[in-house]
Amino acid sequence: MALFRQLWNSQLAALRKLGAVVLFLGEILAQCPAAFTRPRLISAQIHNAGVLSLVIIMTSAFFVGMVIGLQGYDSLARLRQEDILGAGVALTLIKELGPVVTALLFAGRAGTALASEIGLMRATDQLAALEVMAIDPIRRIVAPRFVGGAISVPLLTAVFNAIGILGAWFIGVYIMGVDGGAFWSQMQEYVDPEDIGEGVSKSIVFGIAASLIAVYEGYNCAPTAEGVGMATTRTVVTTSIVVLILDYMITAFLI
Amino acid sequence: MESSRPRELGTGLFVLLGFAALLFLATQTTDLDEYAGDEGYRVTARFEDVAGLKVRSQVTMSGVNIGRVERIEFDNDRLDALVTLRINSQFSRIPDDSDASILTAGLLGSKYVGIGAGGSDSYLKEGSELQITQSAVVLEQLIGKFLFNKAEEGDTGASPSVEE
Amino acid sequence: MKPSQAVDNLIEISGLRFSRGSRVIFDGLELAIPRGSITAIMGPSGCGKTTLLRMLTGQLRPDEGSVRVAGQEVNRLSRPDLYALRRQMGMLFQNSALLTDFNVFENVAFPVRENTSLPERLLRNVVLTKLQSVGLRGAAGLMPSELSGGMARRVAMARAMVLDPELLLYDEPFSGLDPISLGVVLRLIRLNNDALGLTSVVVSHDVAEISQIADHCLVLSEGRVIASGRPDELADSDSELVRQFMTGAADGPVPFHYPAPDYRQQLLGSS
Repeated sequence: MALFRQLWNSQLAALRKLGAVVLFLGEILAQCPAAFTRPRLISAQIHNAGVLSLVIIMTSAFFVGMVIGLQGYDSLARLRQEDILGAGVALTLIKELGPVVTALLFAGRAGTALASEIGLMRATDQLAALEVMAIDPIRRIVAPRFVGGAISVPLLTAVFNAIGILGAWFIGVYIMGVDGGAFWSQMQEYVDPEDIGEGVSKSIVFGIAASLIAVYEGYNCAPTAEGVGMATTRTVVTTSIVVLILDYMITAFLI
Repeated sequence: MESSRPRELGTGLFVLLGFAALLFLATQTTDLDEYAGDEGYRVTARFEDVAGLKVRSQVTMSGVNIGRVERIEFDNDRLDALVTLRINSQFSRIPDDSDASILTAGLLGSKYVGIGAGGSDSYLKEGSELQITQSAVVLEQLIGKFLFNKAEEGDTGASPSVEE
Repeated sequence: MKPSQAVDNLIEISGLRFSRGSRVIFDGLELAIPRGSITAIMGPSGCGKTTLLRMLTGQLRPDEGSVRVAGQEVNRLSRPDLYALRRQMGMLFQNSALLTDFNVFENVAFPVRENTSLPERLLRNVVLTKLQSVGLRGAAGLMPSELSGGMARRVAMARAMVLDPELLLYDEPFSGLDPISLGVVLRLIRLNNDALGLTSVVVSHDVAEISQIADHCLVLSEGRVIASGRPDELADSDSELVRQFMTGAADGPVPFHYPAPDYRQQLLGSS
């Protein structure tokens, strides 16, 4: 009985949090037009969220691409189907791994930075000070960061996919000796523009979700050092779960 | 203020890089040309069985890709499959008595439509129908037939040994 | 003829009730703060001093009662009106709350940049004037992390004043300062109040310090004002609690001991 009640309460809490996050998104979106009138603030945040994530994204992408190339080659060689390696790698990356891994890396690199930055502003009363200075912190602080993150993720995903495919090409064609022409032509044969569309729409949704969770956790963190730490942890945990759930839902919807 | 200049440059480069990557994906990983419009003309063909053929499957002639399958429908009156093919417009001199067959790439590969050239002087055009068609070879039926034949052989071969 | 009492008071609070969870913070609070004065709000920790400031700025809404600043009911204002009212206010936070990404100059310039479209040359003059008045014109290029606590407090003061507000709120302006910085801040509060014709509200429990500059003191306890008057009047108050607070006696109406079972019984009972 106690267990049931505990479960019920945790469900209620999760539901309440979902509602709070969605309301927060509404608040941010209401301030977005105003935020867009100051593109410099947004470009600074694209720098923080995107440019600073580029190294980790590109490094991971190259290695992910290489390992898919290697595994794919190994599996396909048993079926004497090495030629479709390019197609397999591209589909795996574009439809699935690219958006998901990029979103997870983004949560770890940029999401935590966002959450701790905003959380620190909360803990040191900077947000309250802005309010008293008649400056809306949602408009001035939260909205540009949200928009910057949401723009960065799809771009990072595209970079991830491109680098990943090059990594697989390097392993497959250069090391394992798959025919280079077959690698690209089979890829073009099997990858449809719809697949790219699926990947891009996923990355857009993940970008919005990851940025929203980061700014929400930062903005609503407990105003203490401990609270800031917890907010960054929660950012990574929540983003990971939400991205994987959304990934399944979008895939099921699109297939 | 001065320190924000290299940062803005970096941001610009990043956005450029992102779009370049997207362009790379759109042009290198997929064949966007075939989507580039409705150019070409449509012809139809009727098949008894199109098992395995999909929309966007290739249409080839002498092994060269000349178009795509655009639509596959079931005709309720004639109880067969009506397949619409889109042939790229540069292949405008295909004789109208050519035949269409559903072939398989490799033993288990994907199905495609192969066009065999006919001898007529008039050419296929928008709305033509290919009259001579050959349906897909369904592997299960093939194997079924093969086993059935084998079993019959086996029966005749095995009975004397049982009597012995 | 003297204007009516209502006009004379910049802040009027009546019947204010507010509670957090089951804890009642204000229970029918009534107070008025006259224009042009320095009013000290004192009281033991947790009596709701900071909460009171947040009600004045409209960051918290009371459960009941009214908070009027400059004749406007703060909790009934629309968002744009509330923001317009806030432009008339400045607030100094306990931990200064300087924006960590900007240097001193940009921190002070921030409210001006965000709220007005002053030309750069004029803005520079305004900011440097304010920094000069707190003695930190030379520190304009430093980052907040390079400032001492006292300097940060003074920068925050310049920032709070930069839009020439009518009302300046100070939340614990003396906490954690060395005696010299404390003296400087104390002097600046008085100086700014008189030079700019401000109304200042200082929340503090540094009784001795605030008594030097306050025109008027209010002591809060258990959600109400239990005493008000000039600092010297309060020191001779009839109320034992006020006297305990003003002199800082360890025991009195606010007991030294947290409520506990009988000492002797607890010690003996455990053996």
